[in-house]
Amino acid sequence: MIRNTVYDNYELVVGLEVHAQLSTNTKIFCADSAAFGAEPNCNISPISLGLPGTLPKLNQKVVEYAIKLGLATNGTINKYNAFDRKNYFYADLPKGYQISQDAKPISVGGHIEVNLKDGTRKKIHLHHIHMEEDAGKSMHDQDPFNSCIDLNRAGVPLLEIVSEPDLRSSEQAAQYLTEMRKLLRYLDICDGNMEEGSMRCDANISVRLKGSKEYGTRCEVKNMNSIKNVQRAIDFEFKRQIDVLEAGGTITQNTLNFDASTGVTSVLRTKEMANDYRYFPEPDLLPVVVTDEYIKSVQAELPLLPEQLIHKYTTEYGLPEYDAIVLTDNKQFALYFNEVVKFTSNYKAAANWMMGAVKSYLNDQVIEITSFQLKPKQLAAIINLIDDGRINNSVANQQVFPELLKHPEKNVEQLTHELEVFIEADDNELIGFIDQVLDKYPEKVKEYHKGKKNLIGLFMGDVMKLSKGKIDPKSANKLMIDRLELHK
Amino acid sequence: MKIDRNVVEKIAHLARLDVENVDESVADMSRILTFMEKLNELDTSNVEPLVYLTEEVNAFREDVVKQEITHEEALKNAPDADENFIKVAKVIEQ
Repeated sequence: MIRNTVYDNYELVVGLEVHAQLSTNTKIFCADSAAFGAEPNCNISPISLGLPGTLPKLNQKVVEYAIKLGLATNGTINKYNAFDRKNYFYADLPKGYQISQDAKPISVGGHIEVNLKDGTRKKIHLHHIHMEEDAGKSMHDQDPFNSCIDLNRAGVPLLEIVSEPDLRSSEQAAQYLTEMRKLLRYLDICDGNMEEGSMRCDANISVRLKGSKEYGTRCEVKNMNSIKNVQRAIDFEFKRQIDVLEAGGTITQNTLNFDASTGVTSVLRTKEMANDYRYFPEPDLLPVVVTDEYIKSVQAELPLLPEQLIHKYTTEYGLPEYDAIVLTDNKQFALYFNEVVKFTSNYKAAANWMMGAVKSYLNDQVIEITSFQLKPKQLAAIINLIDDGRINNSVANQQVFPELLKHPEKNVEQLTHELEVFIEADDNELIGFIDQVLDKYPEKVKEYHKGKKNLIGLFMGDVMKLSKGKIDPKSANKLMIDRLELHK
Repeated sequence: MKIDRNVVEKIAHLARLDVENVDESVADMSRILTFMEKLNELDTSNVEPLVYLTEEVNAFREDVVKQEITHEEALKNAPDADENFIKVAKVIEQ
């Protein structure tokens, strides 16, 4: 029996704000390198230092990348874009304001679809996407008396992706982040590395009684550096907020910090301490006007995205949806598969090899597909040898593939020849092997005729061993059935 | 808008200014705002706010890295710095 708890009476409501650092060469408003990992305060300029008299100048790539993501998430691209100043004082923001977009963001609305564990798909709507600059980094533990400021990150371009409060479980939140990261990587506009902070997430979390139309008071949780931690923070907040409400309390709209080591949230800022940002138009930057032609040209350059690839694989290649989802999980993996099927039309076999032998080899070696030593053409050559009945599947898996991994410079045909595993046995030889095996198991042959038809697998296994794999399983199977009739 | 001590104190805090004579500022700011209210006599309900004093749009920069100043030059004008970082009063307590 499933016990109902008080938690079952409540529904979770979550909206996520994702900050994606764009992989441009330079910052959003100046020509300093935007690369991660330089020595402190080396990627700097008078503009990123916020010196008086400097003027920002917009990086065209940032607009292009923002439109790419807007289109990929089905948003409406704003034709007239303006920037605004978001005013607040903090030591890693030398100007005293962040240049952001408030009233006229680059993309409005849109949605992405996520796969859930129960096999369903859910549409998560976006509120908007806007362009802004990142702040510098403050370090509080390097010096006992001071905070240390590194402005390398100040001015690195960000897209802030704001979802509607459509998420109803921590699993949905995790899937949303996974899909968003996949999209950013497919578009090649952000590396999506949460540990290094190039993708960051804040969660707005509230609860309400099931069936209620009103939203509860929300809390914003910051500082989660992995998808797992976002999930943990949401699960923790769900219970905490219900506990407060059930004890007769009310939720206060606070900004919370999540401590990954304890799994607990704590108050970072109360509503009273909340900043009054006093947004106003940034007079130092001209508005950005985007034409239909420009949007069309960006659209034309978009790569096939996971959803479109899944559609192509299932309709054009006839693959099961499960295979299509696994193959497109990683962009480079999907690109490799696309190459393989240029050289073989056995799409299902190509998918099986990719998801089986190739994937487990990559996992064992802890390497990415981009470091895989075999060329797509070589993998296709193995598949074609099997399809042409020239080697059998188990020989391909257990001998040709492993040997080719050791000698990736070799030609598949030549290697198979060296291994002496081409199917050579003619029918007479084959019949010899089969009879030998059937003579070995007179009892089993009787059982076969009484109805235990799956014993054929055992016979075939032995025939395979005797022939050292150099037989074509299809014709061997056919001959086996003929010979069994003669062994009645 | 009614300017009182609370408003002045709030604005002073937002601007991180230490206002010595709050009452004087209340009077000054009230006078300025009353003067500006003269503008409300005009009906501007159909006029878009003027933000830019030019008709130009789309001033872009190519995405090419340029190192304009050195690390040493960057730290030169900081009130306090070591060889790596700009140093400021401790922002949070450990």
